[in-house]
Amino acid sequence: MQRVGVFVCWCGSNIAGTVDVQAVSDALKNEPGVVFSTNYQYMCSQAGQDIIKNAIAEYKLTGIVVCSCSPRMHEATFRKTAAAAGLNPYMVEIANIREQCSWVHKDILTGTEKAIILGKAAVAKVNLNAPLTPGETPVTKRALVIGGGIAGIQTALDIADAGFPVDIVEKNPTIGGKMAQLDKTFPTLDCAACILTPKMVDVAQNENIRIFSFSEVAKIKGFVGNFDVTIKKKARYVKEELCTGCGACTEKCPMKKVPNEFNLGMDTRSAIYIPFAQAVPKVARIDPDACNMLKKGKCGICSKVCAAGAIDYTQKDQYIEEKYGAIVVATGFNPISMDKFDEFAYSQSKDVITSLEFERLTNAAGPTAGKLLRPSDHKHPHTIVFVQCVGSRCDSCAEKGKEYCSKICCMYTAKHAMLTRDKYPDTEVYVFYIDVRTPGKNFDEFYRRAVEEYGVKYIKGMVGKVTPEGDKLKVQASDLLANRQLQIDADLVVLAAAIEPDKSARPLATMLTASMDTNDFFTEAHPKLRPVESPTAGVFLSGACQGPKDIPETVSQAGAAASKVIGLLAKDKLTGNPCVAHSDEMMCNGCSTCERVCPYGAITYEDKEFRMPDRTTKIRRVASVNPAVCQGCGACTVACPSGAMDLKGFASAQIMAEVDAICK
Amino acid sequence: MQMKEYKPLIVAFCCNWCSYAGADLAGNNRLNYPADVKIIRVPCSCRVNPMFVLRAFQRGADGVIICGCHPGDCHYTSGNYYTRRRMAALFSMLDYLGIEKERTRVEWVSAAEGAKFAATMNDFAEKVAALGENKRLEDLRCKQ
Repeated sequence: MQRVGVFVCWCGSNIAGTVDVQAVSDALKNEPGVVFSTNYQYMCSQAGQDIIKNAIAEYKLTGIVVCSCSPRMHEATFRKTAAAAGLNPYMVEIANIREQCSWVHKDILTGTEKAIILGKAAVAKVNLNAPLTPGETPVTKRALVIGGGIAGIQTALDIADAGFPVDIVEKNPTIGGKMAQLDKTFPTLDCAACILTPKMVDVAQNENIRIFSFSEVAKIKGFVGNFDVTIKKKARYVKEELCTGCGACTEKCPMKKVPNEFNLGMDTRSAIYIPFAQAVPKVARIDPDACNMLKKGKCGICSKVCAAGAIDYTQKDQYIEEKYGAIVVATGFNPISMDKFDEFAYSQSKDVITSLEFERLTNAAGPTAGKLLRPSDHKHPHTIVFVQCVGSRCDSCAEKGKEYCSKICCMYTAKHAMLTRDKYPDTEVYVFYIDVRTPGKNFDEFYRRAVEEYGVKYIKGMVGKVTPEGDKLKVQASDLLANRQLQIDADLVVLAAAIEPDKSARPLATMLTASMDTNDFFTEAHPKLRPVESPTAGVFLSGACQGPKDIPETVSQAGAAASKVIGLLAKDKLTGNPCVAHSDEMMCNGCSTCERVCPYGAITYEDKEFRMPDRTTKIRRVASVNPAVCQGCGACTVACPSGAMDLKGFASAQIMAEVDAICK
Repeated sequence: MQMKEYKPLIVAFCCNWCSYAGADLAGNNRLNYPADVKIIRVPCSCRVNPMFVLRAFQRGADGVIICGCHPGDCHYTSGNYYTRRRMAALFSMLDYLGIEKERTRVEWVSAAEGAKFAATMNDFAEKVAALGENKRLEDLRCKQ
């Protein structure tokens, strides 16, 4: 029989407001095995933990039940408390009487009644707990960063600076991500390239960092500290180690009419190309859909002009297998497709563009060399209408837009409007908005400057329809504050498209068994207290893959993720989860059912010698679980026909005891 | 003797990674659901042995619901697929034994779906309450 101590937490008034804590601790006093029961205002505080420690010593407790908040919140805290008092940390059970009781029930009677039952279930379980000792596994001291945008770059640099090797896997031919496409950055208006490209060069030169550009993660196996990752290095038909990035091939390539994705199709590139001048690695890539040599076997000019002999038309996808201790997801975002927003005539008129296209139009390295010219006739636009929240905060149009706020659009639209008025004071600039949200440091000042100093016309209201008429765009809109309809003849309409997670995130999450929310943003382990960790151990989140973010936020999150990775890689050994499956060899009949359901291949069979009652020996085939590989899901425990397989910490007898306590 | 108001007894098995977290989120957002629902935490929905479900009914539960991660999102890759198949078989057998299908349910609730968790529990409790007390499997020897 255990000697159980029960500790009921008030959590200030969070629990005590709806649950009579005194009644709970009194009722649980009479449960089997309970020798001590008390309640306190904040069990997780130092004073509360001292009560637990003293009670363990005084009453020689062998198990404790804490009736408090969710075990996801403080189970680890109370396990540490128990360990500090010399009790095995796995002799602690939590009854969740806050999230699953006091916060969801209003009536004090029902709340108390339920809290007592949850407490009884926990007592019943702890009576069957056994001390557990976690095993240890070694840590592979190398990190993988998936995505080479500013988030991935910053994470990789910070990890590398701490002395650990890092690999970046980037699906595009160059790192740099969305930030490389931007012109200026708010709220300081320094140019994106001037602050990003030095970092890209740092990445290339850092001896701790390897870049797998034009590569994707194909397969992920393993667990925290020991991930086995297969990286697919897509064929770029250019030998990366030989190419010097001189650009002779791109000049001589006869196929010059390929839409340039870096400039969002607003100009063209050659079939063999380097995405942009500051690309890292500065290595050409042949687009197999455009190259005559790869399509028809005719041409081969690039291989003739390449002095380095880097062209290889027969290159194949390569698969590289690597081991990592930690994985950082930095897959970033994309603006949503504007195809479904017919009301803004995006697909009808070339002069209706997205903000990212506007960014390229005003960029000195963009298709117009930084001159603001209309894409249709290359004339200077005199009236520009910016439409905010296109697809963002879109409750009613869930099938084409997003319900959430994309966060960055208010600021970049203010930036676009301000830069336009600065360069071309003759331009009239209108911004239509639902709300202007500028809560960052120096953000509101920035927006006010756009309105007050640069005379940008901010109008609260939405644009209803854009109709191309001649060389004008007729914009119908409502001004909600003046309560009137507006008609504006615009030359250019810029849509602040909502942003969504990159399409590669969903399959990646499946490979990582990391969870995502309904919008495909990665979920963090705790929204406030563990914002850069995913619920899957060893997987960290950086940048917009977790939610819309601007550059300063992305960089700080990238640094935070890096510090978590460094903390993990600095350990030589990780203590594993002791709640793993184990087989009762006397009951096991060696049927292999458990082996087949195990998703981790943790179960193997071995022939073992058993002494029989008649003193003979017999060799039987029995299951054996590798505790370092087992993750403790329990699939095998249910599959086992002879009931030999059980899960430590969640044993069948323990769960049955909980069921019994609840159904009493 | 005054008749006590009938309250169903519902056991909810929630997987640690998605549904238990979803239940916590329902709590964080103060989304009410009936106190008749008592949650048991399991590492994965596939840890739920059909024996546990039978035991609950035997001990007088009126409904049993098993919540796990959405298909494809299982923390252990494939656990919820096992759950789906096992429970489909179990529930049809229970239906044959007279435990109506409305008393048993498998539901996918992610860690982000606090609202779905509360709505599911409200709906399930209502359906179970409408059926009344479950006497089919109840073993009175358990209730001395």
